Amino acid sequence: MSRRPRPALPRPVLAVGALGLALSLAACGSGSGSGSGSGSSSGGKVKVGLITKTDTNPYFVKMKQGAEQAAKTEGIQLSTAAGKFDGDNASQVTALENMVAAGVKGVLITPNDSKAIVPAIQKARAKGVLVIALDTPPEPQSAVDALFATDNEKAGELIGAYAKAAMAGKQAKIATLDLAPGVSVGVQRHDGFIKGFGVTDSDPSVVCSQDTGGDQAKGQTAMETCLQKAPDINLVYAINEPAALGAFTAIKAKGRQNDVMIVAIDGGCTGVKAVKDGSIAATAQQYPLKMAADGVKAVAAFAKSGQKASGYTDTGVNLITDKPQSGIDAKDSAFGLQNCWG
Amino acid sequence: MTASTTLYARAKEPTALRRLLTAPAAGPFAALVLACVFFSSATDQFLSGGNFSLILQQVMVVGTLAIGQTLIILTAGIDLSCGAVMAFGGILMARLAAEGSLPPLLAITTGIVVCGGFGLVNGLLVRLVPLPPFIVTLGMLNVAFALTHIYSDEQTVTGLPGPLTALGKTFPLGRTDVTYGSLLTVALFLVFAYALNGTAWGRHVYALGNSAESARLSGIRVSRLTVGIYAVAGLVYGVAALLLVSRTGVGDPQAGQTENLDSITAVVLGGTSLFGGRGTVLGTFVGVLIVGVFRNGLQLMGVSSVYQTLVTGVLVILAVTVDQLSRRGSR
Repeated sequence: MSRRPRPALPRPVLAVGALGLALSLAACGSGSGSGSGSGSSSGGKVKVGLITKTDTNPYFVKMKQGAEQAAKTEGIQLSTAAGKFDGDNASQVTALENMVAAGVKGVLITPNDSKAIVPAIQKARAKGVLVIALDTPPEPQSAVDALFATDNEKAGELIGAYAKAAMAGKQAKIATLDLAPGVSVGVQRHDGFIKGFGVTDSDPSVVCSQDTGGDQAKGQTAMETCLQKAPDINLVYAINEPAALGAFTAIKAKGRQNDVMIVAIDGGCTGVKAVKDGSIAATAQQYPLKMAADGVKAVAAFAKSGQKASGYTDTGVNLITDKPQSGIDAKDSAFGLQNCWG
Repeated sequence: MTASTTLYARAKEPTALRRLLTAPAAGPFAALVLACVFFSSATDQFLSGGNFSLILQQVMVVGTLAIGQTLIILTAGIDLSCGAVMAFGGILMARLAAEGSLPPLLAITTGIVVCGGFGLVNGLLVRLVPLPPFIVTLGMLNVAFALTHIYSDEQTVTGLPGPLTALGKTFPLGRTDVTYGSLLTVALFLVFAYALNGTAWGRHVYALGNSAESARLSGIRVSRLTVGIYAVAGLVYGVAALLLVSRTGVGDPQAGQTENLDSITAVVLGGTSLFGGRGTVLGTFVGVLIVGVFRNGLQLMGVSSVYQTLVTGVLVILAVTVDQLSRRGSR
């Protein structure tokens, strides 16, 4: 009847073995964290934390690299964390608290939820920690000490102006492949493109607008739907290169790859290669590595001088294309490949 | 074997040491203590009241969910919907109180009761149709997830009134600050530990988990018991929803997406058998703390979060291995 577990001396014994294994794995982890120190009694070394949206997106992998390089040159200790999925606020809050407990001088964070992260940021700042947002501002932006990010509207304007010049007076039929409703990055890029092209959203030349979530498969589906709706589309704006490549697949399936121009934003390596082979006409490249590196430097400076970084720092954007238009500043795909991420 | 069974059944004043070594949570507890010793020596900041209070505060949401999860796993069931149900309860409370005109306490009660309702429906489907718990709660996971996003319109709810965030506030205890929510979580664990160990209801839960058929033959109203357990678990998720809202200070439609698996992890690490009938809610508490201590300690050491996931995964597999081996031993 009673099926209580048998008095199991092996349990504690096994547990000890399990723990030993787990901890040795952890030790490996701290060892491989390029220059992040072994952790144990790191003395008076300045610490900085980096919290990204996820661990897996190549964009954030590049961000981490930038932080690691800068931490090495500045001689400070970096610790990193990430959400488990895009939108995961709880993990970011926990990581932020733990980093503050670990005594970091500053934290660089790419908020998963612009609003929900704010109370945790306020707590950290109340303890004197410098908090810098990378890539994505919190709401309100004043919740952090400083923001290092791409000017997404400017990025949109660049490719809008390029597309306008490249169309050379030809009547445009535009499809916009957007991100998702209400997400600021997507809205800013879209608005920038429309402005740069010199039209409005209600202009008859904008024949189709679809959300893609920045995903290649959804970008393809969206483009197929758009081509169904308006077969004469000749210009595609895509929120990022995965969406653009999805669109290219759909366009190619219709045999229209030579008379439809695609422009995108992001500057990932796959995207720049697509610019090089001609499937995407141009892309606006942003620099996650620089965001993180500048952020780490700002924390190092704060540790030395007590001077806190503040306000918005534009980390720059370049138009990447191999078919430049006169009057539009651009870099070629070779430059793009040297500076791409992913 | 029989000697020790008697020890348990008759409670013949076993020595404290013997009781400690034979308790189902002894292994997990030993692991927890060792982890604490390790992190105390590895980092300067680990061993402090403030840090322990922080860990407790960080695990209170998943810990509370894990109480409900333990009840269900003890019946040889599983609940994949707990995180999603909690998220819906949280966004419901937040919106009713912040945007609706409902008094905060009524909004909180509504949220908890609605979560209980989800549990009730789970229980009815599991017992009366009947359907496997895995399928029922998998479906409910999607239903609750979708309802959360429909109801919230994907918007984070801010500007919550005081009572919704009260449990996130702290009070001084000695030289550290403790969150009210942590206390509530610990209290809930004690209540359910008593309910499972000290009441007839608790014994029925174990009996049901060991064998539903023999439970039925021995006169336990199995259907009522099962549906009740799922409903109680739902109410507990409602409390977790309140803790979640008060911890983050906002209603977050993205919350709860990994908490179902996190709660199962805690239950398994705490030595509760996924086959039902064996385990304790205090073991689950230890399991929750193991995850919290590892996450905190590794972060203090500056170890990347991927390794936290790796370590947790290894621990889970080992915990189930231990369960299987001791199970084989007890046959």
